Amino acid sequence: MEAETLSTQRAHPELLNCLWEYQNQHGYIRDEDIGQCSERFGISKIQLEGVISFYHFFHRRPAGQFTVYLNNSIVSEFKGFQRVREAFERETGARFGEVDPSGLFGLFETSCIGLSDQEPAALINFHPFTNLNTLKVRQVIAGLKQGVPVEELCDEVEDNIRHVPPGKRAVFFREYYPGNAITKLNGMTPEEVIEEINRSKLSGRGGAFFPTGLKWGLCRQQAATPKYIVCNADEGEPGTFKDRVLMNTMPGLVLEGMATAGYAVGAREGILYLRAEYMWMKDKLEKEIERFYRMELLGKNAAGIDGFDFDIRLQLGAGSYVVGEETAMLNSMEGKRGEARVKQYYPIERGFLGKPTVVNNVETLCGAARIIELGADQFLATGTSTSPGTKVISVSGDCHQPGIYEIEYGVKVEELLKACHADDPHYIQLSGPSGECISLADKERRLSKDDLSCGGAFMVFSKHRDILQILLNFTSFFKEESCGVCTPCRAGNFILQRKLEKIKLGLAQQSDYTDIRQWGHIMQSASRCGLGKAASNTLIKALDTFPEFFEVQQGEGLTRKFDLNKATEEYEKFKS
Amino acid sequence: MKNLKAKPKKKQPAKAKAKGDATIKIDGKEIKAREGSNLVQVARENGIFIPSLCYYEHIDPPLGTCRVCICEIDGKPAPACMQKVKNNMEVRVNTPEMEDTRKAIVEMMFAEGNHFCPACEKSGNCSLQHMGYEMGVSISRFPHLFKDRLIDFHPKRMIIEHNRCVKCHRCVEEVLTQDGKRVFSLCNRGNETVVGIDYEEEAKLTQEEALAAMQLCPTGAILVRGQSLAKPFGDRRFDKESVQKEERAKKAVVEAATKAAKEKKVIATISLAGCFGCHMSMLDIDLGFIDLLEVVEFNKSPINDIKKFTRQCDIGLVEGGCCNSENVETLREFRKKCDILVAVGECSIWGGLPAMRNMIPLEECLEEAYLNSITTVAGEHIVPYHEDLPKILDKVYPCNEIVKIDYFIPGCPPNPEHIWKAVKNLLWGDHYSILYSEFKYD
Repeated sequence: MEAETLSTQRAHPELLNCLWEYQNQHGYIRDEDIGQCSERFGISKIQLEGVISFYHFFHRRPAGQFTVYLNNSIVSEFKGFQRVREAFERETGARFGEVDPSGLFGLFETSCIGLSDQEPAALINFHPFTNLNTLKVRQVIAGLKQGVPVEELCDEVEDNIRHVPPGKRAVFFREYYPGNAITKLNGMTPEEVIEEINRSKLSGRGGAFFPTGLKWGLCRQQAATPKYIVCNADEGEPGTFKDRVLMNTMPGLVLEGMATAGYAVGAREGILYLRAEYMWMKDKLEKEIERFYRMELLGKNAAGIDGFDFDIRLQLGAGSYVVGEETAMLNSMEGKRGEARVKQYYPIERGFLGKPTVVNNVETLCGAARIIELGADQFLATGTSTSPGTKVISVSGDCHQPGIYEIEYGVKVEELLKACHADDPHYIQLSGPSGECISLADKERRLSKDDLSCGGAFMVFSKHRDILQILLNFTSFFKEESCGVCTPCRAGNFILQRKLEKIKLGLAQQSDYTDIRQWGHIMQSASRCGLGKAASNTLIKALDTFPEFFEVQQGEGLTRKFDLNKATEEYEKFKS
Repeated sequence: MKNLKAKPKKKQPAKAKAKGDATIKIDGKEIKAREGSNLVQVARENGIFIPSLCYYEHIDPPLGTCRVCICEIDGKPAPACMQKVKNNMEVRVNTPEMEDTRKAIVEMMFAEGNHFCPACEKSGNCSLQHMGYEMGVSISRFPHLFKDRLIDFHPKRMIIEHNRCVKCHRCVEEVLTQDGKRVFSLCNRGNETVVGIDYEEEAKLTQEEALAAMQLCPTGAILVRGQSLAKPFGDRRFDKESVQKEERAKKAVVEAATKAAKEKKVIATISLAGCFGCHMSMLDIDLGFIDLLEVVEFNKSPINDIKKFTRQCDIGLVEGGCCNSENVETLREFRKKCDILVAVGECSIWGGLPAMRNMIPLEECLEEAYLNSITTVAGEHIVPYHEDLPKILDKVYPCNEIVKIDYFIPGCPPNPEHIWKAVKNLLWGDHYSILYSEFKYD
């Protein structure tokens, strides 16, 4: 299947899967695979290299019979990342970024793998290993060396659902019966479905808060066919793991959400884009899809609705944060580098393969399914009048009860801190690195669309944590994950990282903080997509929120702080 | 290649466009244009200069990668190349904020890549360099990143200089083989992003197509072997004059300050990690130098060979950056002894040519120079180290990372007129305006 889309690049929806086959077959993608692939798709080798090198789970060199991906997010860093990292190197004999001489183990760092409630965590051949420590690493590696299958050694991922609203007020985490939502569609017209979603004021839960009903309605009005529903299950924002738990506990609800959206906009195909970090859930999701077909909730005349044919397939990602942005995701699904598209058309006008496409987050789709199942009225009865409903929050960091909290909108920061038994909280990061940071001065504020809008991550850090370490971790993350297309984001994050390193060395002057603000502002106004626009938010906000942390002792003098001894250190080696 | 085929498209009669059906405002000026036409193009046709790098007339949709053309569109910052003309659109190009943002992005490109204009084949034909001049970039506010990048000599006909690539995407979109395959593609991600070339596909290009690719590249990243110096320096596209002639001339005229009787001032100069080229340039005012000596007196300077400061000076001119401990000490002394300190030339501003070593670890540089070089005399395989010798720094530092620099005069070397006009302006408030030809140097 090939189609012209916006870019002059042709779409190859099969390409990503094809590359995965090669990757899985040999543990890396060989030169001959590139040759074959280039023939099959009729594209040049460099174009393939471009796609492969965009995704960090594709390798062009052997990556070990056992490939270890250790999460280097800030929560992991604070929970013992460095010790675990050293343990892996000691036990396997490989260095990070490399494979050991026998080719048995390959060690790689990776950004958040959605297990922030059980850090430090790693994936070994995409099987999860949680709550790692030195001893556990030794046991795991010993086991693998003895030939114990990874499947037997890996951990069962805990769901850690800590709080659900009492009684009937829960929207997401309540009893689930497959088909309860879709069967309700029978007897409703698509317009009525959209009206019901509109009435519920449901809005996008990926963090952009676009009204879901409006999106569906606009897509329905598009004349072009076929239309597509894409479920965005690529929650790459560090500290977020709500979609993981939703899919792990109620995979069917996600499918029902997709079918509901399909029915409302008149689509026949739904694609669930699953991040590769969640490959361990792939079987479960595929089995659920099969079960839905067997129950005739999917396929021809789905859920017994005459003329409603709806299919769902799963598309696996390959490791990239920016692909969580909807247009980047569409590019990725088309077998391209996951770069965000220029904003000429909305996906609802021209999305996947240039056709009208609704891209919704897992939580949004689950919410939509529940609204159809329970009725908008029940949804409206929870939360606040302007932001009704509940929100699934992933809590992690320095607290005794990290995990999932389904909260009603309007809850105070203080209440959530108390519920998760936060340890001496001082710095709170909302919605991940691209979100914002708050201090206890904001404890009376409420999580809702009108006050603190939260995409899903709530990371708590205690007084004893180094704020600079947090900010450096975030900036390094953006530096790695920028798609590299536009200058302000590609170079800007690199430059800001250098600046923070200077501050870390104790060489900061007041003008350095002014620079961070001004340069951050330039990135905000000039970047091409949300990643670059949001990357400096936290940094700037932190300067305002924690001024005491950034106080500079020395004023601006005529001489700069310059460490001559450090600068000549390298040369001193030649002193004989 | 696509751009060859698409050429006729460009030849749309300009007059038909002028009779547009939409009225827009650019910086308050009303302009009629065809609805849906590209804003950068419309501005250009109406004599309004919007800086741009990745924009190329017939790439549709536009790339929007370099972000240099950012303007205020109906109150919001957005790249002009991505805008289709709509009736009643209000565009603000030259607001202080937008001018600064555009300038910052060009500076970012200079800081991110390794651009040594005086050593570049494309100098004078380079759009990035050109944008730098047009926007008056004299120093990058960002620290130079000095990331080690490769030069790809593998392709049969071309050389890809990754140090100079700004990832504009033009070649990725435009350079295709006859059977429609891409010759270039972005590879990797984040700060590791590079534009890779396909050696097999490159070999399929005709010589003409290869030359077109070199011209398409806004910088000197794509070179065709043996063809990159076809036109001599000095006669190249951007060598002679600014594209925004009138405006620039207007801007350059600074109100002359009231002239007081000239009091005699004291000047000190020094060359640190430089080549003395800037000092040669200072002498290049020829007989003017005699006039100069009537109003200034030189203290510590190579010009009169006074080695030590004998008094406090009004102004210090520093050529070169800091590559060893002695440079650092000298510079600190200059800061103490001079009321105004001016960095003269690229080396003192950001490291310049000596900073070409900044991408390579010091150890490797020294071993290459003293131990492994082909001219090393047998038995003398040591790296010099003595307590009396200055210690070599891990990299070459720009002066403003060591001390506060008050003014910067860019160039490699700066034009003599530029140096002395700036000094006279600083010392006595003399009239200061720089012609394009005096500001054009590397």
